[in-house]
Amino acid sequence: MDLSELPEELRQSIQKMIDEEVRKQTKGFGDALETLKLQVEKSNATGQQEDRATIVAFSGEMDTLFAACTIASGAAAMGMEVSMYFTFWGLNAIRTGRSFKGKSLGEKMVAFMMPGGPASVPTSRMNMAGMGPLFFKHLMKQRNVEKLPNLVELIQELGVRMIACETSMMVMGVKREELLEGVEFGGVATYLEDAAKSKITLFI
Amino acid sequence: MADQVLDCKAISCPMPIVRISKAIKTLTVGQTLEVHATDPSFQADVEAWARRTGNELVSFVTEDNVHTALIRIAG
Repeated sequence: MDLSELPEELRQSIQKMIDEEVRKQTKGFGDALETLKLQVEKSNATGQQEDRATIVAFSGEMDTLFAACTIASGAAAMGMEVSMYFTFWGLNAIRTGRSFKGKSLGEKMVAFMMPGGPASVPTSRMNMAGMGPLFFKHLMKQRNVEKLPNLVELIQELGVRMIACETSMMVMGVKREELLEGVEFGGVATYLEDAAKSKITLFI
Repeated sequence: MADQVLDCKAISCPMPIVRISKAIKTLTVGQTLEVHATDPSFQADVEAWARRTGNELVSFVTEDNVHTALIRIAG
């Protein structure tokens, strides 16, 4: 039977009853939906943990940087979003050379004493005035372990976000043009916002 | 026969899983990738990689120090 066949008055009162019933039945549902929406908005704003890894590369030695870059490339290979923050000695991993132009005497001295890039960093132990890195490079080549400069290139290719800390760049007298192309620049808040959303955070 | 064969022999961690993650980008759902590797941590790594990424590790065999993993691409 079609409702439209009924007399107008009866049709309206039936419709009213139906509407009333629907409203009663869905009232709780509407409230629940509203609460859910609020929760989602709130969690988006505060940033729930995501499938992200945030790594701080602080140390500037071949072995420590190797570990940091290995974890970064592995995480990227496992489908995670990865950010790497390079600060203080870690900046050496993303340098493309040394420049003395337009620097103060102090900055020139630091530039002179710092390695010019990932190919010339020391080892954290058994450095032996630069003999250690040569020895380890030989061993790594023999065992087919990727070299540090290649790993740095690889993580960039894998889409790992690379951020250089501007304050430590200032302290170390590192200029933007001395760093790899594609490197972003940031500060502590950039890192913290990222880290707060990450399941994995490391300081190496 | 796998849809693609990847030679990861003689390369070390993290390169095998990095190569795998690159290779699967060229494959479609349901296709298979056969990986040969000699890295000592390869079994643990490829198992973890598969669990994490949701791809299926169909089989894993080791013969004469060469590991062979067969991976089926999931959606």
